[in-house]
Amino acid sequence: MVEIKNHLENDIFTIFVIGEVDASSSIYLDESISEATKKHKKIMVNCQQLEYISSAGLGVFMSYINDLEDKGISLVIYGLSDKVKHVFQILGLDQLLKITVSEDEAKRMVNGIQV
Amino acid sequence: MEYKYKVSCSKSKLGDVREFLNKVLNENAIPEVTVNSLVLAVDEICANLIIHSHNCNPDEHIDLRVKVEKPNGITFFITDKGEGFNIANYEEPLLSDIVRQKRKGGMGLMLVKRIMDEIEFTSDRKKNVYRFHKNI
Repeated sequence: MVEIKNHLENDIFTIFVIGEVDASSSIYLDESISEATKKHKKIMVNCQQLEYISSAGLGVFMSYINDLEDKGISLVIYGLSDKVKHVFQILGLDQLLKITVSEDEAKRMVNGIQV
Repeated sequence: MEYKYKVSCSKSKLGDVREFLNKVLNENAIPEVTVNSLVLAVDEICANLIIHSHNCNPDEHIDLRVKVEKPNGITFFITDKGEGFNIANYEEPLLSDIVRQKRKGGMGLMLVKRIMDEIEFTSDRKKNVYRFHKNI
């Protein structure tokens, strides 16, 4: 199961993804990113407590790549554990999505500052 | 060592499948990143079968068998009844098409192909067997 929490600080909207995102729970991640992209231009996805992700979860992130670009929204994923990061790397998705390590780096990236 | 697990065709059971696999693989001292990718590959196959072959019907089931043969590797046998899918002939989509079409699905079997060293599908009138092997 996955738990999603949100936090808004200044103009940065952060989505906390906690637990496991698989074929049964990816819908919750999808709904939260969909909602966030309607209202916010700067979105960070905190994955420090993301224990597992399957292709269903990866697919959610991939399906927004074009929309983010069209709407000028910056979305940065951060705090992946080694094993979860490896899942993004298997298909090279880490090259297509904005992924970084720390919250500070994520803030700089979401604000458009080169890290 | 051989381990067996029977799973009802409901997406909500995927967590139980992963728990079983994690336990088996951790018992055999496999590195964490490898454990996670093997669990992922089997989860992807089960999710595909549950959703596409069994229409999430909890009255139907899939059988898993894990054979750990150190130092050769680990073999996973996934068996079900019904319409089989020859994964060995699966042609994968391009990532650029997935992005362009805003598709949320389509990457599961790509992951399986990257993670496993051997993929085999056999089918007769009674059952389909999906065999995956990982060298360790």
